[in-house]
Amino acid sequence: MTDHTVKAYDDELRDLRAIVSRMGGLAEDQLVGAMEALNEFDAVKAAAVRASDKLLDKLEIDAEKAAIVVFARRAPVADDLREVVSSLKMTGLIERMGDYAKNIAKRTLAISEMGPVALPPILDQMARDARKMVQDVMDAYVHRDADLAMEVWERDEALDNLHNAAYRHILARMMETPEKVGVLTHFLMIAKNLERIGDQATNVAEQVFYTLRGVMLEEARRPKHDLTSTELMTGEQ
Amino acid sequence: MYKMASELETMTETRKPKMLAENVNVFYGTNHAVKGITLDLHQDEVTALIGPSGCGKSTFLRCLNRMNDTVASCRVEGRITLDGEDIYASRIDVVQLRARVGMVFQKPNPFPKSIYDNVAYGPRIHGLAQTRTDLDEIVSTALEKAGLWNEVKDRLESPGTALSGGQQQRLCIARAIAVNPEVILMDEPCSALDPIATAKVEALIDELKGRYAIAIVTHSMQQAARVSQKTAFFHMGDLVEHGDTTEIFTAPKQERTRDYITGRFG
Repeated sequence: MTDHTVKAYDDELRDLRAIVSRMGGLAEDQLVGAMEALNEFDAVKAAAVRASDKLLDKLEIDAEKAAIVVFARRAPVADDLREVVSSLKMTGLIERMGDYAKNIAKRTLAISEMGPVALPPILDQMARDARKMVQDVMDAYVHRDADLAMEVWERDEALDNLHNAAYRHILARMMETPEKVGVLTHFLMIAKNLERIGDQATNVAEQVFYTLRGVMLEEARRPKHDLTSTELMTGEQ
Repeated sequence: MYKMASELETMTETRKPKMLAENVNVFYGTNHAVKGITLDLHQDEVTALIGPSGCGKSTFLRCLNRMNDTVASCRVEGRITLDGEDIYASRIDVVQLRARVGMVFQKPNPFPKSIYDNVAYGPRIHGLAQTRTDLDEIVSTALEKAGLWNEVKDRLESPGTALSGGQQQRLCIARAIAVNPEVILMDEPCSALDPIATAKVEALIDELKGRYAIAIVTHSMQQAARVSQKTAFFHMGDLVEHGDTTEIFTAPKQERTRDYITGRFG
């Protein structure tokens, strides 16, 4: 894309983009770290993930400040306006991803005190898919690839389906081993966290798409196949 | 369904343009300054004409009340209508036309006369007032509509040129309004004003748009975004894009528009 006549404007946008990209990378690392800690029931690694979340919080504030400067100094319009507004929303979403990873770490600490219980492999599969979504949506952002953003957005359905399967699986194990219900409840919530990370990535994809194409992906069109809070519960009753 | 269809019809009717320019070309000698422009102006609507210097926006604006007639080398082709009537037809009285299509210029240009006479000048020459009371009424109403009445009501005999720049510009707007125009053309009306005076003129434009069709040429993107409902982007004599201001400033369709409004033009 052509540069702005005022070079400082491009520099300010580049700074903002750098923060957003860095946050995306960190959120991905947090997810990977949280899942490693969970797989190994490693309290030290889990504590490290919890501590690192503070950096994401700080970067979100940095991004907000940088965006406000662009608004104040440049009064951005058109794709610049879309980009700055989207950056603000994206950093909020990415920060939330970090919160979900932190919550997985927090639950890992609790689980590690309860004694070893086999981790449902489907959680790993969910984490792999969620991570790929985060990775790809950040690639879409960096490489300005609206098609890839759309593709990530469409993938949310598969993760929702996995979540439904995980939910059923964990519920079944709860019935089989009622004495493990404490740990299994944590697994249930971890599955939810992973599904929510996918949701955040989907929302980021919407922002990337809007920034690049100037067209909003309608909320109504968003794939919603997470049934755990409605049909599945009704089915269980 | 019938009701919907008739409502749609009414809507279409009310959308009949106040002014319509069709395939307008303007030449200064051999220089083709405005190239095949088609654009409509509506009552209740402000249209901002934006574009870099020399893009043809002011030239086009000046065609709308035949200001270009005074430029010897200027040739205007195409059709411009006011309420469906061709303003370049031979039977058209240009003085009358300019009363219906008023103009406010970049630099406030009050006559070297009193505030009262500045506003009364047009109504007098157009014979709009039978008595002094009528004229007083026209002058006070125009000054009120221009948001200037309270500031000048006690000094109507003071020279117009003694007012501040912003007040002078609003006096010029009052002068244009006094002859009951239907369209108001503004050529960078705030470029010589400070931000406070600019805000007052912009607030005035906002109020006036209910009664008149307004076209404003501006170099300020933010002003176009603030005051207009429609924006037309001109570049090298072409009308590159014309549409809802909110659309133009959030998601313009043309790359040239995007480059211009975001400051990417080299």
